[in-house]
Amino acid sequence: MGEVIRWDWIARGLEDPIGTAVLQHLQLSLVPIALGLLAALPLGVAAARWRRVYPPLLTVVNVLYAVPSIALFFLLLPYTGLTMWTAVLPLALYTLAILVPNIVDGLHQVPGHVRQAATAMGFGPLRRLVLVELPVAVPAVIAGLRVASVATISMVSVASMVGLGGLGALILREGFNNRFATPIIVGVVLTAVLAFAVDGLLVLAQRLLTPWVPRPARGRERKGVR
Amino acid sequence: MITFEGVTKRYPDGTVALDGLDLRAPSGRTTVLVGSSGSGKTTALRAVNRLVEPTGGRVLIDGTDVRERDPALLRRSIGYVIQQAGLFPHRTVLDNIATVPLLLGWGRRRARSRAAELLELVGLEAAQGRRYPHQLSGGQQQRVGVARALAADPPVLLMDEPFSAVDPVVRAGLQDELLRLQSELHKTVLFVTHDIDEAVRLGDGIAVFRPGGVLAQYDTPERLLAEPVDTFVEGFVGYDRGVRRLSFFPASRLELHTDAVLDGGRTAGAAARTAAATGEPWLLVTGAGRAPLGWLSAGRAAAADPERPLESLELEGYGHIFHVEADSLRAALDAAVLSPAGRAVGVDPGGAVLGVVSQADLAAAIWSVGEDTVGEDTVGGDTVGGQDHG
Ligand SMILES: Nc1ncnc2c1ncn2[C@@H]1O[C@H](COP(=O)(O)OP(=O)(O)OP(=O)(O)O)[C@@H](O)[C@H]1O
Ligand SMILES: [Mg+2]
Repeated sequence: MGEVIRWDWIARGLEDPIGTAVLQHLQLSLVPIALGLLAALPLGVAAARWRRVYPPLLTVVNVLYAVPSIALFFLLLPYTGLTMWTAVLPLALYTLAILVPNIVDGLHQVPGHVRQAATAMGFGPLRRLVLVELPVAVPAVIAGLRVASVATISMVSVASMVGLGGLGALILREGFNNRFATPIIVGVVLTAVLAFAVDGLLVLAQRLLTPWVPRPARGRERKGVR
Repeated sequence: MITFEGVTKRYPDGTVALDGLDLRAPSGRTTVLVGSSGSGKTTALRAVNRLVEPTGGRVLIDGTDVRERDPALLRRSIGYVIQQAGLFPHRTVLDNIATVPLLLGWGRRRARSRAAELLELVGLEAAQGRRYPHQLSGGQQQRVGVARALAADPPVLLMDEPFSAVDPVVRAGLQDELLRLQSELHKTVLFVTHDIDEAVRLGDGIAVFRPGGVLAQYDTPERLLAEPVDTFVEGFVGYDRGVRRLSFFPASRLELHTDAVLDGGRTAGAAARTAAATGEPWLLVTGAGRAPLGWLSAGRAAAADPERPLESLELEGYGHIFHVEADSLRAALDAAVLSPAGRAVGVDPGGAVLGVVSQADLAAAIWSVGEDTVGEDTVGGDTVGGQDHG
């Protein structure tokens, strides 16, 4: 087998297959996260508002989460074929199990007096939701997005088993099938890097979106510097 | 004027929070609601801005039933301040204050400049407008809460224990601020508190609620303290209500004595002769501009070298003083109790001694207060509209 990492292979394959796989992987993870968030918002809002809806909804999303992804892929395959949707739809469903509870908790954490003050100042229910409750819930929602994105990015690799590309395909096709270690290592490292990068972007987004959240740790650092 | 007409609130679980409340809170005045916990004060307040829908009776603002108005529009015309301030954590102080103007469609610039005005009005600095609520102290947050409630200049202000979460010193400051604002703005204020001193200080009228959501008494603070209708109200206004009542009588009615007041340049011998002539056991020594220096006992004056000037002798601290023109009998009594000589020192606005009040004179003044028949006072120039409904 020689050396473990063949740099010349990496140099030759930077654009294809490595670059293509990264882009595919990114697409296969971000689209489900976005779709999941889009679906989780109304579900979470409904569950926070009508508390009776929440327990059955929670059961449904948890049961979905428990179904092995590979089974879902194969179930969808006859309908969606080898399109991206075969991976995207199940992955989007999985994010619900993380995002819905986070949105519900975030909305429940809005202090009662804040909600009451909003009503007393003449916010209607919709305005109150959009202008007060959801913004105050943003930290909880982003926390959910961080967990969901890491989970999704790692699960996308499995999607490669049904021939959908991504870094999993790199590992499987180039590495495993050819008994060649370099693509496997590259695939694993890049998956981790991708997860880190997306997580970092979400942390950054949180900082920008919620300048109002108390950050005692950061304050202390600053004091130390001065 | 806010009028409660037979307002009853029965919750689905059977709790009766308000039972046929009749009350008229006159325009431009502060009406304070006090009473035991659970007696329906918050419920009464929230019936005004329709956060609570009464199950019986009606609430009118200037003759219009609040139910005839769209709840959201009604609420934008009523300021509401609560104990925890209820500030929006995700908005800066300035944007918090601008909330209602923005809802009313004023436009961002006008709303912001109005908010900046209010920030100043409630005594906060412009720089604090850019902060987020969690970066303010509790007292500052309450000020922002008040500013936010006043932003759209609503004629009616509802305040539910707004100052109860801050320490007594800050609370006194906030009360002063509210009194000052009210003297300029003349809002119709409904104010809930558990603190009877706060009620007496702020209220033009005080409504005492008893358990079960029933109005026990509605009167001016003076009359409430002088003539509680029953033992419940008496217990509520406190058994030291007599002393409290002294705050309604000006200290200017006290007789001041000047014969025991001596300039610090006089000698100990002169002081001993004055003490002997007047029979006063304590002499007040004053310095430049008749400012008080301290008390000298007759015994010490007699024992000292007769040639020594008084200002060189060791004097007892004069303790508290009272301002003859501005203070009440309560402040004078307080000054006397805390004085080592048992006498109160009265000064003019410039701090110059006008005279001292002996305990006998103080006792006589307090006695005459007890004799004062309480006039047929009214709440805010309007008849007390408590129980006179048909
Ligand atoms: N949503 C509700 N459902 C049932 N009962 C309620 C509800 N809200 C208030 N109550 C009851 O109504 C009564 C009056 O409550 P309210 O809050 O008006 O009292 P309060 O005078 O403001 O008391 P406190 O001084 O403790 O603030 C209480 O017995 C309370 O438990
Ligand atoms: Mg209350």
